[in-house]
Amino acid sequence: MNRKLTDKLATLIFTLFAAVIVLVLAALLSYVLYLGIQQVSWDFLTSKSSNFRAGGGIQDQLFNSFYILLWTMIFTIPLGLAGGIYMAEYAEDNKLTAIIRVCIETLASLPSIVLGMFGLLVFVNTFDIGYSVLSGALTLTIFNMPIMIRTCENAIRSVSPQQKEAGLALGYTHWRTITTVLLPSAFPSILTGIILSCGLVFGEAAALLYSAGMTTPNLDFGNWNPFAETSPLNIMRPAETLSVHVWKVNSEGIIPDIRDVADGGAAVLVTANLIFNISARLLGSWIHRKLTSK
Amino acid sequence: MKKHAFMMLVGVVMLTVLAACGGGNGEEASGEVDSTNDEDAEATGGDSDSLTIAGSSAMQPLVGAVAEVYQEENPDASIDVQAGGSGAGLSQVSEGQVDIGNSDLFAEEEDEINADELVDHRVAVVGMGPVVHPDAGVEDLSQDELIDVWRGEITNWSELGGEDQEITLVNRPDSSGTRATFVDFALEGEEPAEGITEDSSNTVRQIVSETPGAIGYLAFSYFDDSISSMSVDGVEPTPENVQTGDFPIWAYQHSYTNGETEGLAQDFLDFMMSDEIQDTLVPEQGYIPVTQMEVERDAEGEETPVE
Amino acid sequence: METNLRASERLVRKSRKLSLKNPERNGKIVVYTAAFLTVVATLAVTVFLAQRGLQSFYMSDINPLEFFTSTNWNPSGDNPTYGALIFIFGSLAVTLASAVIVAPLGIGAAIFMTEIAPSWGKKVLQPVIEILVGIPSVIYGYIGLTVLVPFIREQVGGSGYSLMAGIVVVSVMILPTVTTLSADALNRLPNGLRSSSYALGATRWQTIRRVLLPAAIPGLLTAVILGMARAIGEALAIQMVIGNTELLPGSLLDPTATMTTIITLNMGHTTFGSAENNVLWTLGLILLAISYLLVMAVRFLGARRKI
Repeated sequence: MNRKLTDKLATLIFTLFAAVIVLVLAALLSYVLYLGIQQVSWDFLTSKSSNFRAGGGIQDQLFNSFYILLWTMIFTIPLGLAGGIYMAEYAEDNKLTAIIRVCIETLASLPSIVLGMFGLLVFVNTFDIGYSVLSGALTLTIFNMPIMIRTCENAIRSVSPQQKEAGLALGYTHWRTITTVLLPSAFPSILTGIILSCGLVFGEAAALLYSAGMTTPNLDFGNWNPFAETSPLNIMRPAETLSVHVWKVNSEGIIPDIRDVADGGAAVLVTANLIFNISARLLGSWIHRKLTSK
Repeated sequence: MKKHAFMMLVGVVMLTVLAACGGGNGEEASGEVDSTNDEDAEATGGDSDSLTIAGSSAMQPLVGAVAEVYQEENPDASIDVQAGGSGAGLSQVSEGQVDIGNSDLFAEEEDEINADELVDHRVAVVGMGPVVHPDAGVEDLSQDELIDVWRGEITNWSELGGEDQEITLVNRPDSSGTRATFVDFALEGEEPAEGITEDSSNTVRQIVSETPGAIGYLAFSYFDDSISSMSVDGVEPTPENVQTGDFPIWAYQHSYTNGETEGLAQDFLDFMMSDEIQDTLVPEQGYIPVTQMEVERDAEGEETPVE
Repeated sequence: METNLRASERLVRKSRKLSLKNPERNGKIVVYTAAFLTVVATLAVTVFLAQRGLQSFYMSDINPLEFFTSTNWNPSGDNPTYGALIFIFGSLAVTLASAVIVAPLGIGAAIFMTEIAPSWGKKVLQPVIEILVGIPSVIYGYIGLTVLVPFIREQVGGSGYSLMAGIVVVSVMILPTVTTLSADALNRLPNGLRSSSYALGATRWQTIRRVLLPAAIPGLLTAVILGMARAIGEALAIQMVIGNTELLPGSLLDPTATMTTIITLNMGHTTFGSAENNVLWTLGLILLAISYLLVMAVRFLGARRKI
């Protein structure tokens, strides 16, 4: 009797814990969305922010967030894939592998503010790139690389060993087995991982304050020459991202509608995160269905 | 095993070389872009050029707005106003990384900066004043009382004839220019006691407006209805009182250049000092036109009347 | 036979196009390069930060003993002192306290997800929690500032800006991380453990307490430690709620400061190479060292898990 009671009690407590977490988190999400959604309009998303007038939007910041995300992914995906393949297929169980693993884990647990300082010191000052899309993307590459490597490693490892052996048995070389057997089978989970990490990169602010900068030049969306100073595509220009903008408007802004812009920006950030998550899930299961049905 | 170690070594060396080449190439490439721009500029008569301004985050909105207006009038000019803090701006301009460095402090106050090389352009004046939570019940303090409050010797507003509310100090970080100005000209150099510390003016305003009994200091441009500003020695914190020199808590907004300037940088600074800007944009943003000041100050804080 | 042909074909092709087009070897080079790049990146971060961070001691002549043991922090005065103990204490206090709060909650929720309601947990809880891992910290800080701080001020006392506010914000931030990683650790346990325990007639609670938890302890500790790694590095969210007062907190309701908040507050104002700036890099270096320590702890636990 007694142990049945304890069992019931324990179940109750764990359920309570879970309920508390869900409640707290659901309250958080709905609060941000509730406050912000009233501010978000097509106009808000597509007009320029203002330094001092009310009614500014977040067009440039939104573009910058995606543009830095794009470059970060251009750098990270190949690195993460190759690193993941190394860890899953080439790494032997020795000191070297242990060192690389420590490095990956250290990079993964590095405070983003420390990473931002590193970006300032190395990319902005030592390489003299200045506050720029490039500095920001390189800094975020260091931030994202360990996550990518782990995702790819786990994805490749979770491919069933029979598939790999089948490839090798066909006389494929190791590399060919990787590219024709392992990577395609691991593709859905790798893709899911990439999209999820997009969400993390998209929201990062502390690492970008002193690498991508806190300002954006007057962008001319008619000018797509990547070497022009006012072109949105120029990677040597400073680029304030949306999350940096939310932080900065909150702290230093002198526009009259600080709250509106901050609330709206926060809601857009959360929504972007939701979209990344949900699309990662849907896409992952869709591809999985496609591959397994054929 | 040995083979492994060797490969690792080769790998590292290759990477270092690659990284070095990569870095070098990047710089060369950007250098080339710059030089072609310069040539273009010369070919078209020197009107089109680019200017990079960095420094004080607090000055960025003002300078950015002036740059917007300037570029509307001179479509060929490209001016990029960045923010990263006064210290960073001074470092960058003295190392030649940017054309103009904005600072809310005199360069002389930063030990690591060789102030002799830099030329000071005072583009605006910012007035600051103590602000309190509206319910504190005190609206005027003598300077001695202000110092006692900030040194933590007076801890309740009732001691000053206000409500029975405990005083909460809202400070700026040690390195902040706003703090340096307030300490020098409101507290006569006395370091304030410890309190809540926030860097950003909006956060300070929010804390003061929401915390009963809180006192902080803000630039005039951040004054609004949610807080009440305080008079010091009976002098109200208004732009007029700063211009006449009656209200002592103010500072210049400096734009430093490395040596004497010419071309676009000089033209932009001239534009900044023109009546068109000083009489419109500067006051609109809550700053005081430097051209209207009846007193001036040097790096040591000595005040003299403008003739 | 088939494979032989292929092999010979390949050999011919290899000799014809020289070995440059050997995918086997090129692939290997690419893969090794990427792996070494992680080592290079880690080394670069460590070397650059160490070089900057140690400058406080050998160039700015700061006594390391004073730095780590003194609570006297006044880098901008005439007689600058650099005692960082308050910030180190603040960071550790926030990290440890939030770990203590989050560990039972996160592990409890993980047990619910894996043992009590696996299907519901997988379909609803896990996605929700993963979404929350990705919510930008700026947003947590923003809500902390607008909701939590006033709540503490009105319901608990003090000004609201407090160690407690920092701990709560950080706890909410690391809760999803700890929960997902704990759930992973529990899911990794072989199913045989559960079925054999139930077969012996144990209740669910007995199974969890006597069998599953002991087996999963290294994994659960890893989850908590990785949560702590996130907590100690958090900057912007804490800065908005903790008050940043350079004092050792007397109670949970007193404001204090952490290493990260001092870095973000002062980085932009200080000039490169000044003592004021160097000490910030030293704080960054300490954060890096703590990351290394936490990773080592995780690896130690990981090694135990294998046994």
